[in-house]
Amino acid sequence: MQATQTMRKLTIAKAMAEAIGQEMARDPDVLVMGEDIGRLGGVFGNTAGLLDRFGAERVRDTPISETGFIGAAVGMAAAGLKPVVELMFVDFFGVCMDAIYNLAAKQSYFSGGRVSCPMVLMTSVGGGYGDAGQHSQCLYATFGHLPGLKVVIPSNAYDAKGLMLAAIRDPNPVIFMYHKALQGMGWLGTVPGSITRVPEEEYEIPIGKAAIVREGTDITLVWLGVTVHHALDAAKALATDGISAEVIDLRTIAPLDRDTIRRSVAKTGRLLVIDDDYRSCGVAAEVIASTVEAGVPLKAPPRRLAYPDIPVPFSPSLEHHVLPNAEMALAAAREILS
Amino acid sequence: MNGTGSNNHPRLWMYERMVKSRHFEDLIKPAYLEGKKPLFNMAKGPIPGEMHLSDGQEPCAVGVCAHLRPTDTVTATHRPHHVAIAKGVDLDAMAAEIFGKETGLSGGRGGHMHLFDPGVNFCCSGIIAQGLGPAVGAAMAAKLRGRDDVAVAFLGDGAANQGAFHEALNLAAIWKAPVIFVIEDNCYGISVPKADCTAVPRNADRAAAYGMPGIHVPGNDPDLVHEAAGEAIARARRGEGPSLIEIETTRLEGHFMGDAEGYRPPGEVARLRAQDPIPAYRRRLLADGFEAGELDALEQAARAVVETAFARARAACLPGPEQAFLQVFVERAV
Repeated sequence: MQATQTMRKLTIAKAMAEAIGQEMARDPDVLVMGEDIGRLGGVFGNTAGLLDRFGAERVRDTPISETGFIGAAVGMAAAGLKPVVELMFVDFFGVCMDAIYNLAAKQSYFSGGRVSCPMVLMTSVGGGYGDAGQHSQCLYATFGHLPGLKVVIPSNAYDAKGLMLAAIRDPNPVIFMYHKALQGMGWLGTVPGSITRVPEEEYEIPIGKAAIVREGTDITLVWLGVTVHHALDAAKALATDGISAEVIDLRTIAPLDRDTIRRSVAKTGRLLVIDDDYRSCGVAAEVIASTVEAGVPLKAPPRRLAYPDIPVPFSPSLEHHVLPNAEMALAAAREILS
Repeated sequence: MNGTGSNNHPRLWMYERMVKSRHFEDLIKPAYLEGKKPLFNMAKGPIPGEMHLSDGQEPCAVGVCAHLRPTDTVTATHRPHHVAIAKGVDLDAMAAEIFGKETGLSGGRGGHMHLFDPGVNFCCSGIIAQGLGPAVGAAMAAKLRGRDDVAVAFLGDGAANQGAFHEALNLAAIWKAPVIFVIEDNCYGISVPKADCTAVPRNADRAAAYGMPGIHVPGNDPDLVHEAAGEAIARARRGEGPSLIEIETTRLEGHFMGDAEGYRPPGEVARLRAQDPIPAYRRRLLADGFEAGELDALEQAARAVVETAFARARAACLPGPEQAFLQVFVERAV
C-alpha cells in the first residue's frame, strides 16, 4: 500500500461507509437498505452520512422484516439494481435464510447464468463484549458452506474499503461480514490494529485472495477478522523467542484462497488456524483439510484453535475462557513448535 | 399487452393460453409416468423429481397475465406451468428444461420448479411464499427507475400463512410498490384443507391489515379474474400501490403426480372435473357469439405449438455432465 497525501486513518465502519458512498455516486443502480441504516447510519456505523447525501429513495430504512426486505433485494438485483443490504447481526439470518441460500445463491445457477444477483449483504459477527449467544456468533462456516455465495471479512479499514467496492461491483451475492471487535464503534471497544490508513481514491481488494500480513519461515498462522490481530500479537511474541511466524489474513471465506495457504505451509511446514467460529465442521477444518490433502509436507500435525462447540455464554468469566485470544494462539503455536 | 397478441380479443387470448397450458400438462402426464410403472419411483423416467400440475388453475394465470407486458415481472410457485405459459415463457425452452435437456431454460439445472426466463421476466421458486419478497423488489426497481412496469407474485392459499406473506405485504404497502399478490385458492395445502389451517375464511380480508385493497374473485372464472386483475394492475401502474387478489380455483390433480389423494372427500374430484374451467369457458364464448370454427382452429394451433415443444425437448441432448459445474456464479464483465 502506497502512502499518498489523501490517506487518513479510518475505522472499518467509516471505510465501509466511504466505499458505499463512492459507489453510489458512481453508479445510480446502487442503493442501501436495512434496519436503522438511514437516520441512525447503521447500528454499527457503516452507512453513516449516506441518507443526507443520497436521500431516502436510495437509503431505505426497512421494517424489521428480514424475510421481506432481503427477498426484495433479490428481486431488485434480478432487475439490475445493486442493493447493499444490512442484516445487522449474523445471528438473525435464521429468520430469512431462504432468501439468502435458496434465492440469491441459486439465481445464477437456476437461470443458466442469465440472471445475476448483484447484492451485498452486510452483517456483523463476533462476540467478546457480553452480548450472549444470540448476538455473538460468527457462523463463517454456515455461509462458507453454501455454493453461490461469496463471503468476505476484513481485518482492517484498508481492506474493508477495497473489499466493499469489489463486493458491490461483483455480479453475485456477497456476504460482507464485519467483526464487532474491529468496527470502531466507541461503545464496543476496538482492536487498534483495525484502524488503518485508507486512501480517498477508489480501489478494490480482489475477492478470493488472501493476504500475507507478516512474512515468516517457521510456522503459518491463519485466520481472518479479529483473530488476524491475535495472530499478529502471537507472532510478535514468537519473534522474541527467535521464531519466525507467517500470518495469513484470509479476507475471503468463499472462495477460499487455498493456494496462498498451501504455499505458505509448504515453506514453514507448520500450521495453526485460529477460528472464532464453532470448532466442528468449520472453516478451520477446511483450511487444514485443503492443506493436508494437497500433500503439503508437514513438520508437525496441523492444529485448530477454535471456539468450542457450545453457545456463546454471557458472563465475561465464561466467555473469555472460551473465546480464542492472542495468549491462546501463542500457547498453541509453541506446542506445535515444541 | 399480451391480451392483444396473436388473438386480438383478450377473451380469445385467455382461452388459447388455457388450452395451451392444459395440453402442456396433458403431455407431461404420460411422459412423467414413463419408467415409473408398475412401481412408482420418482427418480425414474425422462422427467424425474416432483411434478406439480396446474390443471384447473388456468383462469388465475390467464386472467392476470392478459394485462402484463414482457417488462412486467412475475414470480410463481412450485406449481408454475400455467403461469409461465400465460406470461409468455419460451415454450420450447421450458419443455426442454422439464426434460432436463441442455436446450432448457437453464440447461437442466433447475427443472420444473425453478423456471427462469429473463426474456419475459418470469421466475419461480419451490419454497412456499418466497417469491413474494422478490416481486416487491422487482416492483421497486421499476418504480425507482420511473417506469410503470408492475410485478405480480402468485401464491397458493397455504402460502398466506407464511411469515413471508405478511412481511412482503407490509413492505409493499409502506413503499407503495407496484405489485399485485395473487392467491390461487385451490382449498388445499398439499393435503390439509384450507379451513383447517387458515384463521379467516377469506384471505382477501387479510389485505385490510396492510391497508391495501383485497379482492375476492369467486367461481374460477377467467372473465372475473381479468376484470379484477385489470383494476389492480392499472392501479399499480398509476402509482397507487399494491393489491391482493384471492381467486377461488380448483386443483384437478393431486398435489404432485403420484399423490394418492386419500385426503379428498369421496366424489370431490368428479365434482370438480364437472366444473373444469376450460370447457366451461368454451361454452360461454360460444354463447357470447364466438364461432365454433374459430375456437377449434385456435385450440388446434395451441396444441400443435405444445406438441412441437415436446418433440423438440425429447429430441434435444442431455447436458454434458461437466455442465454441472458451470454458472454457479455470473462472471464479472471486465
